[in-house]
Amino acid sequence: MTDPARCTNGEWVEVERVLLEPADRSAALPPETAEKPMLVWVNGFATGEAGLGEDMTVETMTGRLVTGRLSAINPGYFHTFGNPIPELIGVGRDLRARLAVYRASTDGGGEAR
Amino acid sequence: MSRFDEIMARKGEIMVRALGMDYGEFERSPIAFDYEAMMAAHGYSLDDIVRIQRAGGVGDTPMLELKNLTDIVRSISEPGMGGRIFVKDEAANMAGSFKDRRASMSIHVAREKGYDGVIAATSGNYGAAVSSQAARASLKCIICQEAFDSRHVGQPEIVEKSRICEALGAEVVKMTVGPELFSHMLELLDETGYFAASLYSSFGISGIETLGLEIAEEMRARTGAPPDYCVITHAGGGNTTGTARGLKRAGATGTQIVSASVDLSGLHMASDSDFNRKSFTTGHTGFGVPFATWPDRADVPRNAARSLRYMDRYLTVTQGEVFYVTEAMAKLEGLERGPSGNTAMTAAISLAREVPRDATIVVQETEYTGAGKHHWAQLNFAREQGIEVRAGDPADNVPGKVIVIPETPEQIRAKDFDIAKMRRSYVRNALSHAPDGYVPTAEDVAFLAADTNTGAETVERMIAQLRES
Repeated sequence: MTDPARCTNGEWVEVERVLLEPADRSAALPPETAEKPMLVWVNGFATGEAGLGEDMTVETMTGRLVTGRLSAINPGYFHTFGNPIPELIGVGRDLRARLAVYRASTDGGGEAR
Repeated sequence: MSRFDEIMARKGEIMVRALGMDYGEFERSPIAFDYEAMMAAHGYSLDDIVRIQRAGGVGDTPMLELKNLTDIVRSISEPGMGGRIFVKDEAANMAGSFKDRRASMSIHVAREKGYDGVIAATSGNYGAAVSSQAARASLKCIICQEAFDSRHVGQPEIVEKSRICEALGAEVVKMTVGPELFSHMLELLDETGYFAASLYSSFGISGIETLGLEIAEEMRARTGAPPDYCVITHAGGGNTTGTARGLKRAGATGTQIVSASVDLSGLHMASDSDFNRKSFTTGHTGFGVPFATWPDRADVPRNAARSLRYMDRYLTVTQGEVFYVTEAMAKLEGLERGPSGNTAMTAAISLAREVPRDATIVVQETEYTGAGKHHWAQLNFAREQGIEVRAGDPADNVPGKVIVIPETPEQIRAKDFDIAKMRRSYVRNALSHAPDGYVPTAEDVAFLAADTNTGAETVERMIAQLRES
């Protein structure tokens, strides 16, 4: 049985690495950004076996080799639309009603009667 | 010297190779350069660009009159007022936005010049456009995105933009917040030898000119004249610049150019904590003002997007107003499109109330929508970040804290941003980038006048005022 926390050679994975430590960053940053390292995440094909959190080199879609900490295996996308926004859900109804009232009060695109 | 500074110091050298173009030949002085010579240097005529774009599946998008929306505006306008609103449905481009026009020329040039791949730094629709065009041209593609805050939280709109780039075959380099996005792009250009598909090169901006051309031609066919107003969502300035240049080249010299941005004043663009408090990732004042007042902050030596040359008016709208209009467009006009592209639509509704019924207003773009890249997703995310979302008067909007969704269309009121102030700010920035003690020549004054769409006297007066202060 495969271990969900380990990747196999050739599997599609994500690695995370520190691109710049705080001292290596731009001088023109607000403090809340300057105190943090600049992180980067790249997806690619695993070049070996590793567990989450271990070092891994991936071959990216363009063929680059990038080494970082294995941060996800077969990383997906789970963004959605979410629930309707209560403040917006009546907008269509209200505007269509206004349009009907306006059109009933005009002579085919002329001024309101 | 930090690692960041070391890389940035090599920017000029890396970009000459990565653009296949030496900007040095256009420089005239520490202030002036020959803008039109730079724009023409690629040698493609507007007809050539149209041909290249048609082969790439780009352009020739529908022009739609929004009669329902126009009537809603008339219902709230003074008698005789309420201009006709049209929209250019740029979401119909292959990768879902006008950015396909911008990408198509860069990718064409990259292929012609024999590069193996392209790189762009963008968290916007441009990434999808570059990925799509690169796929068609069989070029490799890397997109660098400012995607997450340091907690690895990304807003739904940007997560979707990562997804689509990857879906279209790009390598997506997702980063935390900061200008080091550009230093890493330079490192990757250096490592790979790929072409820099910059948003701000003359290739990209020339590609947008066809949008202005189509608008002029389609409106002539539809109404007998180019539009009275063209309203343009404004961020880095390319959309305003390219569209306005295209309109002028098509002879539409009387069309007023109205740029529009979402007001995000008070939020710092390089702040890790403000990053996810913005409910718009583009088309906002956080890009719109700094890029208009100093375009050469871009990743190319001289930015081809110089919006103050063309902008007649600059309107700002609030996040809540744009979300309201995005919902209205879907329900009233059957056009479910992404929120950022509706920034100009929101400004156009406000503008339409001020102009006569026979005036024509073209909103020159829409963008695709879908999971994540949707006003519901962005508002749900905003609430999760602790931002107050409520119905009321959008005048109570506070960027990053309160999003107020209008209750009625009367409450949509764009605000005029002071263009004269932006022009002064631009002149100050231009002077401050020249060596200490440098005295602007007559040629510099003429350049600054063109770059600010003013006259020599106005520029002389601004320079004198800046010396006094």
